[in-house]
Amino acid sequence: MNFEMTDDRRMLADSLGKLLGSHFGIEHRNSVAYEAPFHDKAGWKALAEIGILYAFISEDAGGMGGSGFDLLAVFEQMGAALCPEPLLGAAMAAPLLAEAGEDLEPLLSGEAIYALAVDEPDAPWDADAGTTEGGDTLTGRKTAVYGANAATHFLVSARQAGKLSLFEVKAEQAAVSPWGMIDGGGAGELMLDATPARCLLPDAGEAIAAALDWGRLALCAEAVGAMDWCYATTLDYLKSRKQFGREIGSFQALQHRMVEMKTAIEQARSITILAADRMDSRSVAMAKSLVGRTARKVSEEAIQLHGGIGMTWEYPLSHYAKRLVMLDAQLGDADFHTARVAARYA
Amino acid sequence: MDLSYSPEEQAFQKEVRQFLADELPEDIAARVKAGGEVSKKDTERWHAILQARGWLAQTWPEEHGGPGWGPVERHIFDEEAARAYAPRILPFGLQMLGPVLIKFGSDEQKAHYLPRILDGTDWWCQGYSEPGAGSDLASLKTKAVREGDEYVVNGQKTWTTLGQHADWIFCLVRTDGSGKPQEGISFLLIDMNTPGIEVRPIRLIEGGHEVNEVFFTDVRVPAENLVWEENDGWTVAKYLLTHERTGIAGVGFSIAAFERVKALAERTMRGGKRLIDDPLFAARLAEVEMDLEAMKIFNLRMLAEAQRVGHPGVETSMLKIRGTEVRQALNDLYRRALGPAAALIPGEAPGGNAALVAPEDEAAAASYFNNRKISIFGGSNEIQKNILTKAMLEL
Ligand SMILES: Cc1cc2nc3c(=O)[nH]c(=O)nc-3n(C[C@H](O)[C@H](O)[C@H](O)COP(=O)(O)OP(=O)(O)OC[C@H]3O[C@@H](n4cnc5c(N)ncnc54)[C@H](O)[C@@H]3O)c2cc1C
Repeated sequence: MNFEMTDDRRMLADSLGKLLGSHFGIEHRNSVAYEAPFHDKAGWKALAEIGILYAFISEDAGGMGGSGFDLLAVFEQMGAALCPEPLLGAAMAAPLLAEAGEDLEPLLSGEAIYALAVDEPDAPWDADAGTTEGGDTLTGRKTAVYGANAATHFLVSARQAGKLSLFEVKAEQAAVSPWGMIDGGGAGELMLDATPARCLLPDAGEAIAAALDWGRLALCAEAVGAMDWCYATTLDYLKSRKQFGREIGSFQALQHRMVEMKTAIEQARSITILAADRMDSRSVAMAKSLVGRTARKVSEEAIQLHGGIGMTWEYPLSHYAKRLVMLDAQLGDADFHTARVAARYA
Repeated sequence: MDLSYSPEEQAFQKEVRQFLADELPEDIAARVKAGGEVSKKDTERWHAILQARGWLAQTWPEEHGGPGWGPVERHIFDEEAARAYAPRILPFGLQMLGPVLIKFGSDEQKAHYLPRILDGTDWWCQGYSEPGAGSDLASLKTKAVREGDEYVVNGQKTWTTLGQHADWIFCLVRTDGSGKPQEGISFLLIDMNTPGIEVRPIRLIEGGHEVNEVFFTDVRVPAENLVWEENDGWTVAKYLLTHERTGIAGVGFSIAAFERVKALAERTMRGGKRLIDDPLFAARLAEVEMDLEAMKIFNLRMLAEAQRVGHPGVETSMLKIRGTEVRQALNDLYRRALGPAAALIPGEAPGGNAALVAPEDEAAAASYFNNRKISIFGGSNEIQKNILTKAMLEL
């Protein structure tokens, strides 16, 4: 048994952490996160140049990673720095493009930006329940497509001859209504009306399910990174803020809350490691549910223990807190995944 | 035991309902329902409507223009008003300063300030908290030095809610630094237009502007603006903090919030099923409903007791804690019920056929984040627990 990161992954994580630290400081982060197109071309290029996109693909397929632990190494750093770049779409698109035998070079170099369009308004998170119809063109509506503003390509799930298929739609041929997210970053509504599309995988049910699980794992890792940041920041604050003539961290009521928070984060980290190792749908569902619930709790506790200051825009914690709460709603919330886990008992 | 309202109370409830149906402007109710900001103008309009009926200063005695209600009437009004999506009555002048002046003010102060609160001439804000004095309010440092018939004020207040609109601020200031922290504090009324006052906005987590920093540099305040005795302002502050806290559980807000979540879950589809038919979501909602039903009775029990003994008991702290928890749980369910669409920013979402949610639901996530404040201000939930600990363990 060995819980150490390999040297390669540690090096990647370190250089990513450094890059994010220097390029995405909180002020710049906020200006990217809250203003269309929610994307910083230079920042994206720098991320691509240090090779993080290669982490999403195995060596056989031309990448340098492809395991759940590669994903963890990257997304923990993204979460710790609260980076709003549309990396989630790339992480989910990479295995799909590989499966379809597509040229991965544009994605790996950062030149093409992919967004995955699966959710529909009456069926969020559930690819099988979608009603978009496909053929030479696509008709239907995809909702909450993350990174829609920056995307050059959309990978879209749709029904074709009774099967769930995967299509590619070029951004210039798509009607997109973009919107900014309260926790930073952008999403969009993809309005498909006989929109030209190219079928990549006619029978894509399993591949899409696997890609979504891959994205879920990425979100878990992002949450772990952001939770670590919140814990450390709150701990520092409790040691420095004085009321009633002493550090508020000296009040036992607050000390125990910190212990609860830390314990919950370690549980979240542990189940994320389990999911990264197994990469089966049950483990990923367990991780996404437990992490989703923990992330909200950590967010709420971090604000509460700070008092008023934790509620302010100017104090970076508030932005971490928003991200931690809202990521539960991406790719299936805690209840959705709890139901998936519980369904196995039947 | 009889849980029903008396015939008079029932008649009063009907009267309140009718009043709200007739008088609450629809456009204002729609804005409250949408969870967006209620403008200064909306608040002023609603205050004027209530004042015309004599129902604005609900905690004041009749001789000063109050309606002569007891805690049960006030509770009935709160509940009905929240259900009808009436804006809240701004507490600073009406529920905070008014009762203080009635109890501690001079006759001149009462005659001058009370009518101006009632007719909306003066908009008040509360200047208690400072950067270094939050939960530990008595450690406040803003200094007032007596010079002839004036006080000269220097220092900083913060978290001043709606200070950007205020004509006046009531402040706790330090007039003596020699004794125990509680001993050298005075209660001072300050005109916001006095030279030397600067108001700077604080932007909150969801992006809104409702609180401010207020800076005082050599601000000269007439000595007659002192309420009660110099150096005994803590008595005034304590009265204000414990005074009539019948609305503290926010039962009305929770009832309205519950109805809103339930209605949303009934019309939200998740993969061919209504969200309300999802057993996990339904169970969560049911659990909050139980707490809410219990809290309504808990609240009424406390009101009856307060009416009997003449002052609220320490249980109000329990109600504050549970009340904020229930409201926050409902805010959480409301946000969740919207799924991924909850992430949109109110007022900035696509419209037309690309709309994601009904306009009145756009602010779900924003209000969830904004309402994290309710367990922090007005004595944080941790401070409430300390109060309860002291009382229960007789420490
Ligand atoms: C939106 C908003 C509006 C506000 N409006 C106003 C206003 O209009 N006027 C005004 O004067 N003030 C206002 N306040 C200020 C509010 O009253 C303070 O935020 C509150 O008193 C807490 O103080 P603090 O923020 O400095 O937190 P701190 O007191 O620093 O507390 C930080 C944390 O430590 C905990 N803590 C502190 N002491 C103890 C203890 N002894 N034991 C256990 N835990 C403890 C707290 O519960 C909290 O979790 C407002 C605040 C907010 C957020």
